[in-house]
Amino acid sequence: MPDSTVIGLHHEDEHHPELLHHFADAQQQRDSASLGMWVFLATEVMFFGGLFCAYLVYRHWYFPDFAAASKSIDATLGATNTAVLICSSLTVVLAVWAAQTARRTLLIVSLILTMLLGMAFLGIKGIEYREKFVEHHVPGASFSFDKVQVPGHPDQYANPHHAQIFFSLYFVMTGLHALHMIIGLGIFLWLLIMAWKGRFTPEWHTPVEIGGLYWHFVDIVWIYLFPLLYLIDRHP
Amino acid sequence: MSEHSNSAHAKSPLKMYFSIWAALLICTYITYKAAFIELGSFNAAVALGIATLKATLVALFFMHVWHASEKLTKLVVIAALFFLLLLLGLTMTDYATRPWS
Repeated sequence: MPDSTVIGLHHEDEHHPELLHHFADAQQQRDSASLGMWVFLATEVMFFGGLFCAYLVYRHWYFPDFAAASKSIDATLGATNTAVLICSSLTVVLAVWAAQTARRTLLIVSLILTMLLGMAFLGIKGIEYREKFVEHHVPGASFSFDKVQVPGHPDQYANPHHAQIFFSLYFVMTGLHALHMIIGLGIFLWLLIMAWKGRFTPEWHTPVEIGGLYWHFVDIVWIYLFPLLYLIDRHP
Repeated sequence: MSEHSNSAHAKSPLKMYFSIWAALLICTYITYKAAFIELGSFNAAVALGIATLKATLVALFFMHVWHASEKLTKLVVIAALFFLLLLLGLTMTDYATRPWS
């Protein structure tokens, strides 16, 4: 009976319950999972790439207006948020390392710290958005950007229509990034519950690795958003 | 393949993780400070250069592309960057050269 030979092979090859049958070993299963995640991240590069492309074209056309609009955003808040995300990336690699080396407490603490830093990022982002609402810099009916000087040209005012394009890109790009952060927080909450239940072992901690890759990618997107949106022509 | 990764996991990578973290924070500080110095058109070049350095550090060491046991990972990363540069590069060769005509 062919069936009995298959079952027989099974029994002599004792393996971790999380190792799926079509993989040779745990390492190959981990490699396949992270490769799949990288393919997904490649599609995310294209997704954000379209927005970066639109940004570059309009920045090229309306550079003085973009510079004036960029100057109205608080660069210190942006820099703080960059530092917050970099710290969260550190706690993510610590979480992955803790899972690899079976350190449950460090894993749980790292996951909680990552989530706290992620929420701090969103909180700072909220303060920034609030400022933009108060200043009527949100694109739409109440948008106003009158008599704002172009940096380096005291006699020249920024064109409000062009500035509105900057703020549209600002809200879409940071908003989409913030949406990724919120999804990331959901993923990390799930990882935290799994870690709490002791599901992760050095043999199987694929979700921690994959979730980590996602979080780092979102960090990289912000690494580019920060100089592009906050630091156009800042110098006096 | 698994022996290689086991030996890579055996020695603690913590020192490397903290060094990369420190380098990323220093780079952020430099970007922030450099933006307020008059460098002409080099302001954008400095900002984007540092951003690319930071992104490379995160990808290579935090996302383990450098020590990836699966070589196809590097292929996917290079392919993604190639098509992104194709998108941005070809678009800008059009828009940035229109005033010449």
